[in-house]
Amino acid sequence: MGFEGVVLLLNKNKRLRLVFRTIVLSILVVTTIAVLYVNFQKDDPILEAGVEAPNFILDRMDSNEKIELDTLEGKGVMVNFWATYCEPCKKEMPFMEELYQEYQDQGIEIIAVSVDKNSMVIENFYNQFNLSFPLVHDKNGTIMEAYQVQPLPTSYFINPDGTIERVVKGPLTLERLESYFKEILPNNNQV
Amino acid sequence: MKNVKCECGHINHEGTVLCEACGKPIEGNQHIDGNDDNKVLNMRYEGSARRSRTYKRTIIDKTWNFFSSVKVGVWLIALALIAAAIGTIYPQEEFKNSVLPSSQFYEEQYGLTGKIFYQLGFHNLYSSWWFVTLIALIGISLVICSIDRVVPLYRALKNQKAKRHEIFVRRQRFFSETEQTSDEDRQTFMNNLRKRRYKITEDDGHILAEKNRFSRWGPYVNHIGLIIILIASILRMFDFMHTEGYVWVREGETKVVPTTDQEYYIKNEKFIYETYDRNDERFQEALKNEEFNVPSNFQTNVVIYKVKEKVTLGQEPELEEVARGEIRLNQPLTFDGYSAYQSGTQLRSEYNLISFNVENGEGQQIGMFEFRPNDDQRTYELGNDYKAEIQEYYPQFEITENGPSSFSKFPRNPGIIFEITGPNVEGERYFYLNEDVVPLSDDNEFQVSLEDTQLITASGLIIKKDYSLPFFLIGATIFMIGVAQGLYWHHRRVWLHPKDGKLLVAGHTNKNWFGLQKDIEASLKDTNIEMVKDQQEKF
Repeated sequence: MGFEGVVLLLNKNKRLRLVFRTIVLSILVVTTIAVLYVNFQKDDPILEAGVEAPNFILDRMDSNEKIELDTLEGKGVMVNFWATYCEPCKKEMPFMEELYQEYQDQGIEIIAVSVDKNSMVIENFYNQFNLSFPLVHDKNGTIMEAYQVQPLPTSYFINPDGTIERVVKGPLTLERLESYFKEILPNNNQV
Repeated sequence: MKNVKCECGHINHEGTVLCEACGKPIEGNQHIDGNDDNKVLNMRYEGSARRSRTYKRTIIDKTWNFFSSVKVGVWLIALALIAAAIGTIYPQEEFKNSVLPSSQFYEEQYGLTGKIFYQLGFHNLYSSWWFVTLIALIGISLVICSIDRVVPLYRALKNQKAKRHEIFVRRQRFFSETEQTSDEDRQTFMNNLRKRRYKITEDDGHILAEKNRFSRWGPYVNHIGLIIILIASILRMFDFMHTEGYVWVREGETKVVPTTDQEYYIKNEKFIYETYDRNDERFQEALKNEEFNVPSNFQTNVVIYKVKEKVTLGQEPELEEVARGEIRLNQPLTFDGYSAYQSGTQLRSEYNLISFNVENGEGQQIGMFEFRPNDDQRTYELGNDYKAEIQEYYPQFEITENGPSSFSKFPRNPGIIFEITGPNVEGERYFYLNEDVVPLSDDNEFQVSLEDTQLITASGLIIKKDYSLPFFLIGATIFMIGVAQGLYWHHRRVWLHPKDGKLLVAGHTNKNWFGLQKDIEASLKDTNIEMVKDQQEKF
């Protein structure tokens, strides 16, 4: 092989080198993007707007029935996590009661999930305030954990199709509560 | 295309400093390694063409060349180090241990610097997108730098010839020139080198003696280890490789094991806290100056259950025992890939039982009742139609602006209002707080006193699953092999170059010149060949 031949070979090598570099760089860049994506996914709470709300069944404390979230499909549901030792939770209860009277007939349901340990304290509070919406007791904290409740109160507003419309961390005002109820009103009542 | 043909006939890549075959400095490229100003040739990477210094055409090449620069790599590492160090100044968000949201916590706790720390995103540094990107860029730099150096180095070492150019030999750091030498002298020298495990290559009277070439691959082996560690840390981001959760379980309580998708439950049967015995002779000296007892054991006896069949949240699943054991510090209980580590204690911090004794005015006992804070029992029969009824219960009593309330759901400081009724008594109310019973009315029919209390401990357990550790171990092992390979062995070469009846001897090593000097000195014993001189000292 003469000098010219070697030069040709090296030229070919150069093209190969470009291909090689392109492949290596692509692998590295794609890996980096994938890592960033996975990392981003991890940061986000799993339960957010658009995600289906996990089903649960709990005994109602205000009656002898059970309540299951999935059976409420077709209604807009507010799941409110509260406790008797949480002062802001107790303050928003009257707002919920007031709006419940108004919106119950339009297809809005409220489930108040107490995360207290002892049910006596819940009964005492419930009777004192004359609340009429369903009340359940999450004694072992399983629902609280599944719904990633932090802090108290946390409220989930669930669409008639079972997907989460809005997650509210912290206390609510009457006005905000009403506007969120309107977001999850079943369609036939909206017009 | 500017490939350079050397006078020895070898064709070198553009940017080559020293001919791959004979080592002759290639004109016009000497500035690259600074050979212009020095007598001794710079031998790094064997004077091969580092591609980073050449070809700058397409975006791919430009990007490649950017990452191929060691300078860029060092800067990336420096930036990552500085950022990582700053991240340790205040606690990361997950360890802030406060109910305050991060937006308030850092400012309230640490003032202005805390606010800056939070606003720049250092509170969540190690998973922030820019820190992850920085680490990824270091990874890219590592791969490209290695490829760009190991390939030319490999080529240069493979292509090197025993017969070198005179200039190459003369400009080595170790060099000598002997006027008159015999063949015996040369033979002795070669045999001595052979005894020292040098490999000898001969070409037309020119000799190359070389040992431990593999030590040159040390840095690249080391980088492969680092890359495996990076890959392991990527794997660790996925739940099937690694999960970690934390759960507080009180004595007697059964809880869902976090991160197991409600599949496992854990029961705290008993918590054991032990301290070193002050009366034990072995410990007396050490404990002499200790005001408080020194704990010797934190232990949770647990039972692990697996659910037989998944149930809807909120329903009680049927449980099946899968493991049972004692968890101590650094002695986890392992079940189905998960390990439970002892890592927190709230020692005897909650009431499990508070019992009361009720007597009538004459001091005769009417009955007793045991209040269990976590049970829902409201009324207690005392016998003979006497009853106690719990009216109000505050697990962790406090007074707020709205009156009596509770700080949490845990019975750490219970406040109880209860009423005692009897056949002829209307109902008398009593208030229990701080292990004391106070009547709430003036004339009392009954005498109520505290009989007994029982405290329980809450045990904090880390639940960990980690299948990524073996990958880290493999990476770290390869890393260490690379370090050892490059550090404890040295690549040594000696050249013999006959020229016009004279014999030129040159030596080069990548480190430990003293060792090479000793090798040559010992091998030249009983010969008339001149000992090499260190030429570097002249400049």
